[in-house]
Amino acid sequence: MSSRSRYPFYLALLLLISAGISLAVWRHVELGIPWLTGEQRPVWMVEARIDFDALDEPVLASLNIPESPPGFRILTEQAASPGYGFSIINESGNRRGEWSIRNANGQQTLYFKAQLVPDDTATTRKPKRPPRPASVFWEEPQATAVRETLQQAALRSSTPESMTRELIKLMQSADPDQNTTLLLSESNYIELLTRMLNHANIPARIADGLKLEDARRRQLLKPFLQIFDGEKWLTFHPQTGRQGLPDDVVLWRQNASSLIDVLGGNNSQVSFSILKQTVPALQLAQAESDANSLGLFSLYQLPIEEQSMFRMLLLLPLGALVVAFMRIVIGVRTSGTFMPVLIAVAFVQTTLVPGLIAFISVVSIGLLMRGYLSSLNLLLVSRISALIILVIFITTGLSIVGYQMGFNTGMTVTFFPMVILAWTIERVSILWEEEGAREVVVQGAGSLFVAICAYLVMSAPLSGHLTFNFPELHLVILGVILLLGQYTGYKLTELRRFHPMKVYEG
Amino acid sequence: MSWISPFAMNRMGLLNMNKRNVDYISRYNERSSYPLVDNKLKTKLVAAEYEVKTPRLLQVVRQQHEISHFRERADALGGFAIKPAKGSGGKGILVIIRREGDHYIKASGAAVTVAALERHLSNILAGLYSLGGAPDVAIVENLVESSPSLAKYSFQGVPDIRIVVFQGYPVMAMLRLATKASDGKANLHQGAVGVGLNIANGRSLNSVQFNRPITLHPDTGLSLENIVIENWEHMLHMAAHCYEATGLGYMGVDLVLDAQEGPLLLELNARPGLAIQMANGRGLLPRLRAVEALKRPHFRPEKRVQFVIKEFKDL
Repeated sequence: MSSRSRYPFYLALLLLISAGISLAVWRHVELGIPWLTGEQRPVWMVEARIDFDALDEPVLASLNIPESPPGFRILTEQAASPGYGFSIINESGNRRGEWSIRNANGQQTLYFKAQLVPDDTATTRKPKRPPRPASVFWEEPQATAVRETLQQAALRSSTPESMTRELIKLMQSADPDQNTTLLLSESNYIELLTRMLNHANIPARIADGLKLEDARRRQLLKPFLQIFDGEKWLTFHPQTGRQGLPDDVVLWRQNASSLIDVLGGNNSQVSFSILKQTVPALQLAQAESDANSLGLFSLYQLPIEEQSMFRMLLLLPLGALVVAFMRIVIGVRTSGTFMPVLIAVAFVQTTLVPGLIAFISVVSIGLLMRGYLSSLNLLLVSRISALIILVIFITTGLSIVGYQMGFNTGMTVTFFPMVILAWTIERVSILWEEEGAREVVVQGAGSLFVAICAYLVMSAPLSGHLTFNFPELHLVILGVILLLGQYTGYKLTELRRFHPMKVYEG
Repeated sequence: MSWISPFAMNRMGLLNMNKRNVDYISRYNERSSYPLVDNKLKTKLVAAEYEVKTPRLLQVVRQQHEISHFRERADALGGFAIKPAKGSGGKGILVIIRREGDHYIKASGAAVTVAALERHLSNILAGLYSLGGAPDVAIVENLVESSPSLAKYSFQGVPDIRIVVFQGYPVMAMLRLATKASDGKANLHQGAVGVGLNIANGRSLNSVQFNRPITLHPDTGLSLENIVIENWEHMLHMAAHCYEATGLGYMGVDLVLDAQEGPLLLELNARPGLAIQMANGRGLLPRLRAVEALKRPHFRPEKRVQFVIKEFKDL
């Protein structure tokens, strides 16, 4: 490669690295996958409790349950109710949990639990068809009062929102006129508001909200007024006229006509308990990725067994990076290019000290046996094959002896890849014969040093977390390794190797 | 522990491992030419085409079953060397200087049996000494009898001359002398002595063993300061010709001076080591850059040798 043609290469590297980093940042922002392990996020656990008296006949109880409430995401849902069948049905935007039982008598209690996660981006889905205002019929003298009040509000407003606000102000004014007094004297206030707005050709409905406060029990839903502005439902506080939903209120019921229906029972009541919990941010992100299209590209979709395999596999690039760095920049000599990584992978499974003991003992016993094999004048392939079998004998023997002596760690020796062990023994043996014990010690220590470094990097909880949850960071590792491939500077060990040259300088 | 600062290394123009690999070997050496130098048999054949002499080829053992014939044919041989065709770094080379009854005497004086030789051949064929363990062939060459003028400096083994050839220009040279520590081998990292040679006239410069400067050979006790290589210009020509033969832009050419046949090409190396700089007490980079800076490189090997003799005397 000529020096001119390197610029596109560096540009590509830059792209690669920045693509990796920006993908990771994007997924962190979008999916909320935490950078660090053990990060916690608040979650509201809401429990709806239904009480009713069963009438000794088949019971069907159905509770309206939230569907994409604005500002929240539903993490988990579960029902607890002994003896009852339970299922969630979704009919035209009305999501209901249904309990059923063939026969029940007396006081009954059913529970429904949902974990809600605050999420600013969550919004209610847009209705397929814009709702139409319900037709309302008024009797005199209310009809006149309504007409006049609405006229008054209409005069002071321009849009459905402002109309709603003005109407609420009129109805709530400290100095009510005759019309409002008349209207308020009769019926339920919020129902009245809804009817009046519908009359004014503004689609309106009542939604029930739950105020989320930690460790509250026996809470009831509070009604909110919603109007449709042609695009989406807007929420108003029916008393203050404040537009929008407070952050700590979740709209439990939006689109359903009833909160609870019970067939075969009476005196039904719904009350809510609320608890603030924290869950690991990672778990949250994983649960969320199911729903999110971004999750398609994540590893959480794989079966658990494959996931754990990938956890291991995705650590390997880190090991390769350590080896590349150690050999190119530091200049450590190892026996076999990537033998240290494979040994490090085995260390990850055995933990360091038992792994080191097992590795060194297998290799030393193997070397003793290899000494005999070399005098047999065997062909290389059969010598390696024999060595593999011997290595298996040695590991079996070590496991059994270790177990009998009460060391379970003896068993961990089986994590080492047998073929790698056999080749290591072969290489070390040849190195010994050809270059002497000194070189064996140098390269062996170098290999183990690199393996331990790779192990330390790979076994850090953070690296496991980052490599698995942000697989795109491997692009960065790839970029750094490619960059190392271009390093033409001195190795650290060369500064020592060439030190006698100092006398020639000048 | 003593260290050299990277700035001092830069000032001396010392070529380092990573730079050699990236900027010279991978830039100037075509991958397709590697087999020519990695396989000693091919090297011999291509060298013959370009009239570069190599030690006489006695036998080639290609198959396991041919090993049994080796015993019959070996009877007729005096001294010989068994080499793996694809061996590297002098691995797997077994030198037999003479026979005594049923035993063959190695360069070190140790006796080995025919069975040991056959095992060695078998190992070579199985690929024990070749890169990546690929199956290999064994070549048996006539024993090189070193010219006495050089042989006296070496403890056993044959002294050889390593010349680094860059784009056909011999840029740096050293004489390698075996020692007791190197077990008769001429490899510097095994403890052989490296004597830097003035590229212009073949006179010795500095000497190193295990990277440390020395003035006397550790075993023979001879002063290494006034060695002059005979036939120096001829050797430079041979080295320069190897560029035409292989097309490798950056290589090491290993030559020996045979008592009867004169300079012979022993082997070529596509990844020559860096220790030659320590033996010469100077870095390779100034010379490599001088060659790279040539606007019109010389086509004929003779011209290139003349250029080197003229320009690199003091560089």
